[in-house]
Amino acid sequence: MRDAPVVALVDVRKSYPIGEQRFYALDGVDFTLNAGEFVAIMGPSGSGKSTLMHVIGLLTRPTSGQYLFEGQDVSSFSADELADLRSRRLGFVFQSYNLLPRTTALENVELPMVYAGVAEDEQRTRALRALEIVGVPEMAAHVSNQMSGGQQQRVAIARALVNDPSLILADEPTGALDTKSSEEIMNLFARLNAERGMTILLVTHEPSVGRKAKRVIMFRDGKIVADGPTDEIFKREIMAL
Amino acid sequence: MRVKALVHLAWEAIVRNRARSLLTMLGMIIGVAAVVITISIGVGARESISAQITGLGSNLLIVIPGSVNLNGVRTGTGAASTLTPDDGLAIAKLPKVAAVSPGVGMHAQVIAGENNWYTAVQGVAPTFTYIREWHLASGSFFTDADDAASAKVCVLGQTVIENLFPGGASPLGKTVLIRNVPFTVIGTFARRGQSASGQDQDDVIVIPFTASMQRLTGTTFVNVIAVSAADQASIPLVQNEIFGLLRQRHRIVAGMDDDFDVRNLQDIANAAAASATTMEFLLAGVAVVSLLVGGIGIMNIMLVSVTERTREIGLRIAVGARSAAILLQFLIEAVVLSGVGGLIGVLLGVIVAGAVAIFGHWPMAVPITGVLLAFSFAALTGIFFGYYPASKAAHLDPIEALRFE
Repeated sequence: MRDAPVVALVDVRKSYPIGEQRFYALDGVDFTLNAGEFVAIMGPSGSGKSTLMHVIGLLTRPTSGQYLFEGQDVSSFSADELADLRSRRLGFVFQSYNLLPRTTALENVELPMVYAGVAEDEQRTRALRALEIVGVPEMAAHVSNQMSGGQQQRVAIARALVNDPSLILADEPTGALDTKSSEEIMNLFARLNAERGMTILLVTHEPSVGRKAKRVIMFRDGKIVADGPTDEIFKREIMAL
Repeated sequence: MRVKALVHLAWEAIVRNRARSLLTMLGMIIGVAAVVITISIGVGARESISAQITGLGSNLLIVIPGSVNLNGVRTGTGAASTLTPDDGLAIAKLPKVAAVSPGVGMHAQVIAGENNWYTAVQGVAPTFTYIREWHLASGSFFTDADDAASAKVCVLGQTVIENLFPGGASPLGKTVLIRNVPFTVIGTFARRGQSASGQDQDDVIVIPFTASMQRLTGTTFVNVIAVSAADQASIPLVQNEIFGLLRQRHRIVAGMDDDFDVRNLQDIANAAAASATTMEFLLAGVAVVSLLVGGIGIMNIMLVSVTERTREIGLRIAVGARSAAILLQFLIEAVVLSGVGGLIGVLLGVIVAGAVAIFGHWPMAVPITGVLLAFSFAALTGIFFGYYPASKAAHLDPIEALRFE
């Protein structure tokens, strides 16, 4: 299904019991993400945008609704099948980098390939190439705690793209960085999208970060309240804040 | 994801936390070392005991009188006066019998010059030194001629020499008074030390049994007949033949109690070996408990490790690790910990067992089965106690795990 959208959510709900009642972190989300898009999900904390990220990232299952990943209904997938999809088709970038401590950048980037069953000698060349793409090839032999925040996040991005996934998910990727590093990381995402056609979905609450995306989705109380090209949404929504 | 990669992963995690890994392994090291040491000490002690018992004599059988029933009062075994020197001569004629020595024993106050000493006086035949495999330190043993003549000659054990002839001068040619009968010292025994039951075997004076019977006690019966079989295999045969022969000579018909008994030192050796085995089991039990404690230590540290590495586990799940891969990773880490600990424990155990063997003066024996047993038990302990923490890691919720601080 080459032409199917990367992500298609139809009336997706995710609820948690709180005492007698149920809390809806996602309250009927309809959302389509096509290949090559660069989308920022914005909204206040507690709006459910992280939950949406976890559902799309196949880390949790929706309570109801339909989720098609690359055209396949993943609700019937087993835990192992979801793990295989995550390893081959998805890349994750986190706010706190989540590099393995006392481990070199190269080994960190190799990690997803270990689980995807890539041959050992191929792992090395692909990891080195990924480090080059994100602009830190000289960090290959450095241990994660010897690197600056910006460098660590670049290594994390290299790790996310090393298996050539169809979607990179970034959860507040600049949340722990200073303004300058933050700008650099966003430029890197923009370049990966523009030059390599990578599909990127990122979650942020910072307007300056969201502005770099091509499409913005405003999220509030588990619902999408606005969805459109970045300039349009910024004019309408951010000014209203 | 191949097992090789997982072993590599586990090894890296262990090396990264060197100090803690070593402390974790300590329980395993001590447990396995304890198993190896106890097994090798048990085996060494058993071999040493059986060497001591066979050292009592070569293929030795002991014929002793039975009990007597005097008007309903039964005495203990050995109290009856039923064995004669002629019984000994008859036994000597049986096939497969290498040597026979009748023995009469008594205790007496013995005097040499100004010194006196209370000791055992054994009357025996010249074959005594062969049967008991006891060599002389100096002089010579008495001969058949001495026996025939009831010669007043004696051979002294080292303890007797120390007490009757202090100062180190040779007692050869000196006179010892036994019950006021003068005996000439013609030889001294090599030191033999304690018997298996703790008796001082060197506290003895040996004289011809004829001299003992005729000059000291006046009895015509002997207390014991020591028989040496031609080889170990013929011991049971000789034992049966002695039973047959003596029943005939003593006119014992079917249904009557024997008035003698034939004891086989092999039986005593077996009993001693059995008690050593029991001891070995006991020690092995203690060792197994310490292995269990070591295993619990590993479980503890693995649980700490899983908690500490919660984010790492969350990340691994997020980038596509199946739960089986996480389970295997931590299980292998536990098994490598216990396996390496087991290996170090085996080395330590062999070293300590070697040292104990040197100080205990017994043969160094580290049975390979014991080593394999200890090692595989260690690995099994790793699997058993590593499973719970590993399964805990495998079933973490990745979202919770990634948020874990």
